[in-house]
Amino acid sequence: MSGALHLHYEVSGEDFTRAGEASGAVKKRLKSLGYDSDAIRRVAIAMYEAEINMVIHADGGFCDVDIYPDRVEILLADKGPGIPDVEKAMTEGFSTAPDNVRSLGFGAGMGLPNIKKYSDEMRIETTIGVGTNLYLTVKVKK
Amino acid sequence: MKKYFHSVRLEADKCCGCTHCLSRCPTEAIRVHDGKAQILSERCIDCGECIRVCPHHAKQAVSSTLDEINKYKLKVAIPAPALFGQFNNLDNIDIVLTGLKAIGFDRVFEVSRAAELVSEATRKLIKENELKKPIISSACPAVVRMIKIRFPELCGNVMPLLAPIEVAARIARKEAMEETGLKSEEIGVFFITPCAAKVTEIHSPAYVEKSACDGAIAFSKIYPELSQAMDHLEEVEPLGQSGLMGIGWANSGGESAAMLGNKYLAADGIENVIRVLEELEDEHIHDVDFVELNACSGGCVGGALTVENPYVAQARIQNLRKYLPVSLNHLEENSIDMMKWENELKFDADIFRLDEDIFKAMSMMERMETIIKDLPGIDCGSCGAPTCRAMAEDIVKGRAKQTDCIFKLKEKIQNVYDQLSGLS
Repeated sequence: MSGALHLHYEVSGEDFTRAGEASGAVKKRLKSLGYDSDAIRRVAIAMYEAEINMVIHADGGFCDVDIYPDRVEILLADKGPGIPDVEKAMTEGFSTAPDNVRSLGFGAGMGLPNIKKYSDEMRIETTIGVGTNLYLTVKVKK
Repeated sequence: MKKYFHSVRLEADKCCGCTHCLSRCPTEAIRVHDGKAQILSERCIDCGECIRVCPHHAKQAVSSTLDEINKYKLKVAIPAPALFGQFNNLDNIDIVLTGLKAIGFDRVFEVSRAAELVSEATRKLIKENELKKPIISSACPAVVRMIKIRFPELCGNVMPLLAPIEVAARIARKEAMEETGLKSEEIGVFFITPCAAKVTEIHSPAYVEKSACDGAIAFSKIYPELSQAMDHLEEVEPLGQSGLMGIGWANSGGESAAMLGNKYLAADGIENVIRVLEELEDEHIHDVDFVELNACSGGCVGGALTVENPYVAQARIQNLRKYLPVSLNHLEENSIDMMKWENELKFDADIFRLDEDIFKAMSMMERMETIIKDLPGIDCGSCGAPTCRAMAEDIVKGRAKQTDCIFKLKEKIQNVYDQLSGLS
């Protein structure tokens, strides 16, 4: 074993109701590992928000998750439209979500701010018209 | 570790090794080995789902018999409010309470009385902002066990007050001692129970050292004698001392309604309960102060040891509540102290984790993921585990082997056959 447990999930952009399945699966596995419960909660929330973003804005993509004993590293990659103004997108309350998902309670403009809040490291690589890679790290605090 | 008592048991003679219980168990606590179901004791939360679905009645709930009350000088019955929904054409709760005295009890104390006290105490604690929100009800023992073994981040949200049954048992015992002068051990307090989880809770309590109940008798066990006694009462004693609030606890939503205007959510049925717990843990549920969760559909009226259809019982309870005063039981000074937990609710980390050592757990999971890819993924249960994933877990834990899967076995036989035919 290379020191990390690697998991890979495809996130479908076709069916909105399936968003959250990858983060749910990762949460279940972290629980089986007996992982620190605070870290599990933060991974579950940050990854869920990112997964939802990927479905709403980018027609899906994939997640790569590497679990280390002291941290979880997550890459969420999509081939969506890219984020024109990352700083603006990080503002609480700013959202470009369409009305149909707002009626489900999404689009409050808390996605990226929450991801930042619940993760320990966050990095966005985005190119207009090409896609976005979101790198997250959640560390075990003990 | 003290041996954990379970009410839910298997009668091996009746078990034919089918997969009904296997696929329904919410904690994947059942395996079929050598044609018989086995319950993984540490995972069982005594929710009673397997009792409900077993077509051969091989799953049973152990509870006290009516004879057991004779061990005590003074016998006290504390009936769950759901009991009142079990009888046709009942228009007066006193008939049930007097009936309990006719079949051998000396005193009765309705659990719904204690429910009113717990509701008042909860409202008070919410108002004083003393609890971590959202507050999860502690009344359903199957739900509390579920949180204890699967939801570490929610253990601190469970309301740190005793369930009404325990409060009722304590008050009933104290009153009986004061009024009769008998010693505690001469008094037998028996809960009349709709479910198996309460029986377990009395024998292996989660948050007190020792339950004030001496036993629990199932509705289904007491029903024939009780309904007969109720038909032949000469006089009905005015014993009922609950308002509509306490009686309402029998139904899902009843405990929440007693929160009087606090923002609440009430879910029932174990699958729904799990979904709500998952969402609470991921902080997807906002704007709710109080969460009522009942493992059984419909609430306590849906318990596996009841005799009546839960929805019929629910309707009857609603009828019985009509014209009752709102609440007849009120807190006295310091009574909240008597309701507080003796022990904190601590997460049992060992139940679902692969190994204590994270490195070992990670390599076990890596193996599991490889094994799963090779399994058919149809969760048929033929191997004796509820899902292919659970089977993979059993393999890495050394409890099963790959050829327990009939598809893998078939593949292997085919390979052997092909090799042999290649020789000729």
